[in-house]
Amino acid sequence: MEQITVLAARAEREAAGRPVVDKRMTAEDAIALIHDGDHVAIGGTLYSRTPMALVFALLRQRRRHLTVSRPLACYEIELFLATGALDRIVTSWVGIGLPWGLAPVFRHYVERGEARYDEWSHLAMGLRYKAGAMGVPFLPSLTMLGSDLAGTLGLQTVDCPYTGEELAAVPALNPDVALIHAHRADMFGNVQVDGYRHMDADMAKAARTVIVSAERIVSPEEIAAGPAQTMLPHFAVDAVVAAPHGSYPHECYGLYGPDFAHFTAYAAATREQGPAGALRYVEENVDGHAGFAGFIAAAGPERLAELAADAGELMGR
Amino acid sequence: MSDVTAEELMAVTASRLLADHKVVFAGVGMPLLASAVARHRQAPHLTIVLEGGIIGTTLLPGKLPISTNEMRAAYGAQMLTDITDIFLYAQRGYFDYGFLGAAQVDMYGNINTSVIGSMERPRVRLPGSGGANDIISLCNEVLIVTQHEPRRFVERVDFITSPGYLSGGDSRARAGLACGRLGAVVTDLALLDFEPGSRRMRLRGLQAGVTVAQVREQTGFDLLVGDDIEELVPPSAEELAIYRELRDGPAAAGTERPGSERPGSERPGSERPDSERDAAAETAVGAGERADRVPAGPA
Repeated sequence: MEQITVLAARAEREAAGRPVVDKRMTAEDAIALIHDGDHVAIGGTLYSRTPMALVFALLRQRRRHLTVSRPLACYEIELFLATGALDRIVTSWVGIGLPWGLAPVFRHYVERGEARYDEWSHLAMGLRYKAGAMGVPFLPSLTMLGSDLAGTLGLQTVDCPYTGEELAAVPALNPDVALIHAHRADMFGNVQVDGYRHMDADMAKAARTVIVSAERIVSPEEIAAGPAQTMLPHFAVDAVVAAPHGSYPHECYGLYGPDFAHFTAYAAATREQGPAGALRYVEENVDGHAGFAGFIAAAGPERLAELAADAGELMGR
Repeated sequence: MSDVTAEELMAVTASRLLADHKVVFAGVGMPLLASAVARHRQAPHLTIVLEGGIIGTTLLPGKLPISTNEMRAAYGAQMLTDITDIFLYAQRGYFDYGFLGAAQVDMYGNINTSVIGSMERPRVRLPGSGGANDIISLCNEVLIVTQHEPRRFVERVDFITSPGYLSGGDSRARAGLACGRLGAVVTDLALLDFEPGSRRMRLRGLQAGVTVAQVREQTGFDLLVGDDIEELVPPSAEELAIYRELRDGPAAAGTERPGSERPGSERPGSERPDSERDAAAETAVGAGERADRVPAGPA
């Protein structure tokens, strides 16, 4: 695995500007910050708080030779594969969930050797982002030792200089770009989320460029009224994109639940048609609309209201 | 008790292993449901932790999560944090139990959820570890619940995604996995553990009406048999009622699962999946758990 040294990663951060300016832009302008060959980290986990508006904007551009990392990857990974954008997946798990079975498009590419899957444990993914966020080249851990995952990845161990104990040396990951979806952000990039935070904060701090979409763009005063909810400060964020329902058809904690029927339709199409089914999904749901708002409009107010009601029941509303 | 499904039998049997005032890191599906049953019976102070960053979840009956990273998994939680934080509690030693399913487990308790065939030439590339590798490496005692079939209980797994006792003896400790031990394996036929010296899987108890020969027949390796084999007490009416209410919701307890948009509910609970595709599909869960009627996702 190619590793960036602490000093190199830090030098980039030191040199980067931190102007307190209006960072609002369209998803298209934000996605222009991503280049062919980049490592793109996608926030959220599985079908929770996935930055789907940003993912769709990236899919629309048909970038090439991307690496995508995520804590647990859902079917968005198959959309990148089917559109020829993805060379390599770095995660601990790929699929939607048991009811939908194995991911056929993922299997198609990985089993043929047309895409590479670097499988880490879930904690190791978290430690990789955390080491990147901390500005250290690795973090020692008791996990992954003895498994075949460690051997496949070439995971190294380190002897503790104080106790002599052997520990896994989980290497830092510094993605080129992190895509994060949040509940609220102000124009400067102060970002707030409700509920569980997945690996988003570490992923963003580890990344070179951070693009945040938010359900609502709020005033700096509203951010300051609840500072404990702030997950990222403005100086760790490069772009802010307004994206109501920006995780749909995935869930956004407290606001709307996941659209299982949508997953089921996708899974049925890819089970029957393989990559062609995933490509058709992109053509219909991504390319077929002028923007993400069109996709949301196509879902319809009734469906969105149902998903909001699902969230409301769980929130005691 | 003839109407008790394999899932109900396994979940209830497994739930009895969880003591009060402990903390369990549960995979979604049967482990989570068994933990919830324990909370409603002998372990009201059992704290259920899920990898999505969720501590002290209670579950809304009839609204079980498919993933441990979704709102339904967080219902009633005492604390929401991030994923890495949850696993670091495990590494620190806070979690008394790690509770997993296993689509393929070998005689030393190693679990494979990565590949059928070889990594270089995979016959089936499976979803991957999810949190299972970390749970089995870092929790104080690991419990495994899975259906008893030869294709699940293999002599050696194709690939060690999640390390049990590796090649037996002290090989786990020598690999640096100083913490964590494998406790029990619960199946629809038996209760098993690992013999202290060899660390090979050993029969300790039989579900009601099951014989040692039947267990051996469903095990793909030479199973050690303990000296005092206990007969496990069948699920009580109370245990079944708790389980069914959690699964189906208060109104539907004891009846068929109501129609739902959730996929998977159409799968008969008592049917044993027998194709390789089904076997592989069951590993489509991060922690390798399975459940025919209980929706499941990554740990």
